[in-house]
Amino acid sequence: MASSTPASLTADAAPVLPAPVLAPHVSPTREAWRRFRRHKLAVFSLVVLTLIAIGVVFGPWLWPVSISDIDFSAMLQGPSWAHPFGTDDLGQDLLARIIYGGRISLGVGLAAMFVAVFVGVTIGAISGMASARVDAALMWLTDMFLALPQLPLLLLIIYLFRDQLKMLLGAQGGVFVMIVVVIGGLRWMPLTRLVRAQFLSLREKEFVEAARALGASRMRLMMRHILPNALGPVIVAGSIEVANAIIAESTLSFLGLGFPPDIPSWGRILFDAKDQLDNAPHWALFSGSAIFLTVLTINYIGDGLRDALDPRRVL
Amino acid sequence: MSLSYVVRRLLLAIPSLLGISVVLFTVLALAPGDPFGELMTNPNVPASVQLALRAQFGLDDPVYIRYFHWLFSMLHGDWGFSFASRMDVATLIMQRLVVTLAVLGSAQLLAVLVAIPIGILAAAKPYSLFDQVANTFAFIGFSLPTFFTGLLAILLFSITLDWLPFVFQSNLSQTGLAWWWAEFKQTIMPICVLGLFQGAALVRYVRSSVLDVIRLDYVTTARSKGIGERKVLMRHVVRNALIPVVTIVALQLPIVFGGAIVTEQIFRVPGIGSLLISSILTNDTPVVMGVTFVFAALVIIFNLIADLLYGLLDPRITYR
Amino acid sequence: MDERELRTLVGRVKQGRLSRRAFFGRMAAVGFTVPMAAQVLAIGGVSIAAAPLAHAAGKRGGSGELKLLWWQAPTLLNPHFATGTKDQDGSRVFYEPLANWSQEGELIAVLAEEIPSLENGGLAKDGLSVTWKIKKGVTFHDGQPLTADDLVFNWEYAKDPATAAVTSGSYINVKVAKVDDHTVKVSFDKPTPFWADAFVGVNGMIIPQHLFKDYAGAKSRDAPVNLKPVGTGPFKFKEFRPGDLVLGVINETYHVADQPHFDSVQMKGGGDAVSAARAVLQTGEFDFAWNLQVEDSVLTKLEASGKGKVQLSPGGNCEHIQINFTDPNKEVDGERSSIKTKHPSLQYMPVRQALALLIDRNGVQKYIYGRTARATANYVNGPDRYVSKNNQFEFDIEKAKAILDKDGWKPGADGIREKNGVKLSYVYQTSINSLRQKNQAIVKQACQKAGIAIEIKSVVASVYFSSDVANPDTYPHFYTDLQMYTTGPTQPDPQQWMRSYLTEEISQKSNKWQGRNITRWSSKEFDATWTAASTEIDPMKRTALLIKVNDLPVQDIAIIPELFRLGATAAANNLNARLSGWDSNCANLREWHRV
Repeated sequence: MASSTPASLTADAAPVLPAPVLAPHVSPTREAWRRFRRHKLAVFSLVVLTLIAIGVVFGPWLWPVSISDIDFSAMLQGPSWAHPFGTDDLGQDLLARIIYGGRISLGVGLAAMFVAVFVGVTIGAISGMASARVDAALMWLTDMFLALPQLPLLLLIIYLFRDQLKMLLGAQGGVFVMIVVVIGGLRWMPLTRLVRAQFLSLREKEFVEAARALGASRMRLMMRHILPNALGPVIVAGSIEVANAIIAESTLSFLGLGFPPDIPSWGRILFDAKDQLDNAPHWALFSGSAIFLTVLTINYIGDGLRDALDPRRVL
Repeated sequence: MSLSYVVRRLLLAIPSLLGISVVLFTVLALAPGDPFGELMTNPNVPASVQLALRAQFGLDDPVYIRYFHWLFSMLHGDWGFSFASRMDVATLIMQRLVVTLAVLGSAQLLAVLVAIPIGILAAAKPYSLFDQVANTFAFIGFSLPTFFTGLLAILLFSITLDWLPFVFQSNLSQTGLAWWWAEFKQTIMPICVLGLFQGAALVRYVRSSVLDVIRLDYVTTARSKGIGERKVLMRHVVRNALIPVVTIVALQLPIVFGGAIVTEQIFRVPGIGSLLISSILTNDTPVVMGVTFVFAALVIIFNLIADLLYGLLDPRITYR
Repeated sequence: MDERELRTLVGRVKQGRLSRRAFFGRMAAVGFTVPMAAQVLAIGGVSIAAAPLAHAAGKRGGSGELKLLWWQAPTLLNPHFATGTKDQDGSRVFYEPLANWSQEGELIAVLAEEIPSLENGGLAKDGLSVTWKIKKGVTFHDGQPLTADDLVFNWEYAKDPATAAVTSGSYINVKVAKVDDHTVKVSFDKPTPFWADAFVGVNGMIIPQHLFKDYAGAKSRDAPVNLKPVGTGPFKFKEFRPGDLVLGVINETYHVADQPHFDSVQMKGGGDAVSAARAVLQTGEFDFAWNLQVEDSVLTKLEASGKGKVQLSPGGNCEHIQINFTDPNKEVDGERSSIKTKHPSLQYMPVRQALALLIDRNGVQKYIYGRTARATANYVNGPDRYVSKNNQFEFDIEKAKAILDKDGWKPGADGIREKNGVKLSYVYQTSINSLRQKNQAIVKQACQKAGIAIEIKSVVASVYFSSDVANPDTYPHFYTDLQMYTTGPTQPDPQQWMRSYLTEEISQKSNKWQGRNITRWSSKEFDATWTAASTEIDPMKRTALLIKVNDLPVQDIAIIPELFRLGATAAANNLNARLSGWDSNCANLREWHRV
């Protein structure tokens, strides 16, 4: 029932990744793609991530088992033919739950990462380029978000907006949008600080001076000359952010902010499994591996992207 | 960069702290919950008790009056009075400060000490075996949450091997060397779990920023001049690669005061994080305000320190 | 055996014409167990000597340190301000009441010389007063003697609205007068059958007058002794770190010979219930862990390590599903679930009957709670004498379907039953707790099979169990169709607790949702029965009334009782810890010993 929103986001997200952030000039797109392909691990990761995405989108057709059927006679069973990933402590099929949970985790993870990166880079870049006054104001905002205790803030958001969002966007869609906005909206600050620090350093470099002397506008300086050189830490932060968002999603559902408790996600399965870790390790193993594999592939893709987009690298 | 710049920034910090405190207080006041809500579930407590308690602690006053009340006390050095424990907030925080600084400080130190060399070495030979292994461990490190790695550590070291205790004791009876040994045994797990979680991300930042610099012309020039690889790395590469690293470390350091809620919970470390979370859950506003206000001050200070360090690392950076 | 026969028998025991043993025999013949029979005797006016303590550790001290693990640590140590069990437990290490409640719901003298009864003249025949004799020679930890003045002071302290004592409910409706240095008289306005409230159990801990007298009323929060307790208990205060640690050392001048057996006590707090159970059952780092609200399958696996075992102490806690009799989706005069509305479908008995049939109580009990709960048809589950025998439960999806079919609720195109445009589609809320979420999932599945749609909602416990007037997610607002939580009487008497079905207690906007009647169910018969029970001093009649008080809401299905939850704790194999489900876990700390 939750399929449409998360699924389409994931499906779109994967192929878009290798596209460069810059506008093409002398076809840097093709150039970047050529460089990206030389990075074997990144290409392999892209394939694996695409497979995971296809798996969670089309999996329910291949493995048409209900995610919520309770079976007291099959509680906490290890992997078997009937349940390839085993069952949890209500006898629910873990493979089906992990496939379904993947839609939420991948969708939320990637979407929240994009929100955090977009907000973080925008504010960081403005702060790094603008006047001292604007910089001070934006840093105040960043510091404030860093200092806010998140739990009361989240409770306040639930209290103020949950019902309105539910009415506006429908149960599933509303929750999805809210989670993405909340996670992204609370995690952009490190990116802002990173981008700003890079800008402070880069804006004094010779090549920027040169471009400035040639009369490049501030916008052009920012987009064409400084930002591409500041991307290294952004890509690292973005790929770490996916892992954080997947975990954060499960935390949110414990606050009643996330999806209803009977809807699985990878982070939630992992959390539920922790108390039975010593006698039913399979429960945690598959959800933990799914998160790990996703994070791993996204990070390698990030590495590949970084190499491909690095304007200083000549290959 | 000059002294006047530092003074100006410090002065600027005062209005920004005030502004943050207003926002904090408003969020806490509006957030749902009630410090005396637990009484509601007890059939023997008359509803009037709750109303009297609310009145006694000034909870029925308008938010802005409560805020000014808090602010004036704070300016006089009075941190307020906890609803839940009925004692001074300052005392409550002080009781937990030492443990927090020791455990979280060590974890942070461990993270930095492990991550920086590994990150540099990994970047020195990208895609070598060492780099791949270091990366894989880093991915494991930040893709598994601390509630999970902490539990794994407990299952392995406390339950299967029976080497380490997993309940932190703030009243160890030993003295002398035995005390240090017991303290070491009970802090090693929380420090490692937290330190490696934070270190894992740091490895990736260090590696990436060293890679950014290592290919620049001046490094190649230095190399071609016949300077030893080690010297090139340390003198020319690392210094220039440190800006993102300083940023990340400066972001993480305030947490040394603020506590790490999950890790503290798992190992029962009586740190500020667990004080904060229980105060939030019981809506003990004075305690939450006390902790988050100091935390906010640290965030601002470390942001300033980071800015100053950027100037040292890259003298061309100017602040207007 | 009816009420009259029972009374005759009790009378004969009193007059000495029938031996207690013979009485127990006669009772057993008609199905009463010995403890139940003993209770009948007790409330019939015969005082019962507390069972002799079966323990071998016959000397004071020598058992070393007792390490207790409370996963929520005490935050304050003044019993009159205790906001939760954790604070009551922490205070109980140092403070004591006149009497404790035993597991059987009987009084055990602690600071009292004897338990008041009709025979010893402690209880007035008209039920208007009770006279307590205080044990002589008891001193506080600072050497000051305990006298009647201390008791009078505690009464004045607790009832003063300016103190805002949590215990005030036990003291505001009584008068306490000193008779002599070691005797006090507690008097009531009207006949009070349940007289053992003030000075008894968790609300009865006695603080010293000489240290608190300058800090009564509005100044109460400034008392330094709030944080450094000085009581009469088996352990003296050593250190307190709120939310982390309570330390006590042996009271060498304790008023019971040879007690306590431990040299010191440590109460460590924090963490979660599962790891607390681990520290006792699996690694043996601690001796005792409190309140293990954990799946029984987890506890059983941990127990297999052989370091300790799970101890269960039945009290009266009932996990139950409440049915909203008002419409949670219609707003009237600024409030939802207004008593001016009726729930579109739940107002009809057949729908409620079907719901009750769809709750798999045995399944939930067996597969989630295991030993830590018993499936039940009753709201009142203890003490035994008040448990109704008139109710049964069953789980039968087909029968539920048949009832709904017969009443005209037919499945629509989406499989959800409806009648006259009203759909059987409910929001079912509870607090966030893994046991409860599994319970919800099981209920949801059964309802789905019968054509009732359930939307599960879970709210953070700190919000759900609060009295925040502005927040619609708290349980007193009950802005959903169904909700589930655990509640129970805090004393072995259900009277106060059963207020929660009185019409005057209906929770609504006008009383800022402070009323205790959450379902908004209302019955004149219930109100009359409850009121009659509150002043009925004849124990037999009162028992019958209280059973009816349970039966009325249960049989009208205002609530669906699900589980009788027992207190689950873990104790090391070498610890003998006597617990009572009717009192604090620390009530008998003085008797705990190594085996």
